[in-house]
Amino acid sequence: MEVAIETRQLTVAYGAQPALWNVDVRIPLLKMTGIVGPNGAGKSTLLKAILGTVPRLSGEVVLHRDAGRNGTAVGYVPQRNAVDWDFPITVFDLVTMGTYGRLRWFQRPGKREREEAREALAQVRMEEFADRQIGELSGGQQQRVFLARALVQQASIYLMDEPFASVDAKTENMLIDVLHRLRDEGNTIVLVHHDLTTVADYFDHVVLLNRKLVASGATATTFTPENVEHAYGVAGQHLVQRHP
Amino acid sequence: MSEFWSDYTVRVVFAGSAMVGAVSGALGCFAYLRRQSLVGDVVAHSSLLGIVLAFWSVYLVTGAGDKSLYVLIPGAVAAGLASLLLTRLVTRNSRIKEDAGLGVMLAVFFGTGMMLLRWLQRAQPPVPGRSGLDDYLFGMAAATTSKDLWMIGSLGAAAILTMLVNWSRLKVLAFDPEYAAGIGLPVRWLEVLLLSLMVVGIVIGLQIAGVVLMISLLVAPAASARQWTSRLGRMVTLASVLGAACASGGALISATSRNLPTGPAIVVLVTLTFVVSILFAPNRGLLFRRRHLAD
Repeated sequence: MEVAIETRQLTVAYGAQPALWNVDVRIPLLKMTGIVGPNGAGKSTLLKAILGTVPRLSGEVVLHRDAGRNGTAVGYVPQRNAVDWDFPITVFDLVTMGTYGRLRWFQRPGKREREEAREALAQVRMEEFADRQIGELSGGQQQRVFLARALVQQASIYLMDEPFASVDAKTENMLIDVLHRLRDEGNTIVLVHHDLTTVADYFDHVVLLNRKLVASGATATTFTPENVEHAYGVAGQHLVQRHP
Repeated sequence: MSEFWSDYTVRVVFAGSAMVGAVSGALGCFAYLRRQSLVGDVVAHSSLLGIVLAFWSVYLVTGAGDKSLYVLIPGAVAAGLASLLLTRLVTRNSRIKEDAGLGVMLAVFFGTGMMLLRWLQRAQPPVPGRSGLDDYLFGMAAATTSKDLWMIGSLGAAAILTMLVNWSRLKVLAFDPEYAAGIGLPVRWLEVLLLSLMVVGIVIGLQIAGVVLMISLLVAPAASARQWTSRLGRMVTLASVLGAACASGGALISATSRNLPTGPAIVVLVTLTFVVSILFAPNRGLLFRRRHLAD
């Protein structure tokens, strides 16, 4: 198994409260990995630590050599509520931000960048909304636009924080198709995921987290009722089953 | 009336206040969008201490008071930044939250500045050149000299130019700082840059709008402009125009009526602008929304 992201003894704390504790995890290259765990398990923190936007108390994060260290290698899709949707920009502006990481200091987004933004919007079927203010979108549309911004980055690793939260079933199916296609084209996808009933369908690889690493491995062998129960405390069994 | 306009002093006052309004209106948009209005107010109020101390030190060294902006602006910048640094120091090392820290620092710096100002004004024998220093409280556009105009113009132009050069980066920083860090932008550095621009936008206006009311010239044009447009570029342009109009209008009102400080005159104009914007702007205006609901 080739590894895309490896964390070694990763510890992150907010104040005195540890959010992640000695986490050793290996996320495979060119696979779709789900990070699951109860609320406050440090799932988002793990993504941010990989991205390098939260300070690590100790440990390290190693990215695959192809992903390199340049800023555009990792495409990040934050939680939808992480930004102010009343901010005065259009959908097209937001997607174009994905190109900023590779612009030179005095360079502005030009024809090529605009073309790329348009293509990314087409991929998530949002072309017709390009000129809308971002606050006029529904939750699912906002999530699609966030994904388009990550696509424009031309990253090889995508980190997504609960992209399916409060999104309708149709949008979820559309997003998962886009993500599976992205994986098949040779990218690594990592999702923080909430809905345990879809884990087996969506992911090749699963990381179960509850501040410490509970289990990590291929979905078929790792996403077992025992491990889920271990991560969530009681009631693991009924969380996994689609029809209780 | 034509005599009034051809008057050199009037033109200096008019140009100076228009420049101040344009710069603070534009930069105020970023303060508004990043919810840093209170930070701006702390910088403005705290700068009083810097102004008084700068005046006093120059007097102690040279034996004469100097109220030109070349002396007072560096003092204002230093005090404004010092208050923010102290706030950060306190909130980092204690459980005090940022808004409380800012509030306390505003009171401490402004209060101390006020005390020293009164002391300076009553000192015997009188400090030469001290009269007019208290105009910095509520602003006196009429005191602008052509020398001050150069200072305001060059600092303001530099701030606007820096904003334009870094436009894309500042935009993504204001919208989504975490994402900005994720794509490798120097977020720390950009935050310091944006804060410095805001400080410049504030201190160049202190003589005209005064430390107490300068915040209105920073935030109100931005809040008004946001009502009319949903594009950042247009918002910054419109806020700049509104700021220039209100500041120069306020300066003229104050210059033509005796002893009326400029700050309050500006506040009246920006408030009118704001009320009109919040009521009548299409889409976001209250009246429009009411009608929309009725349909």
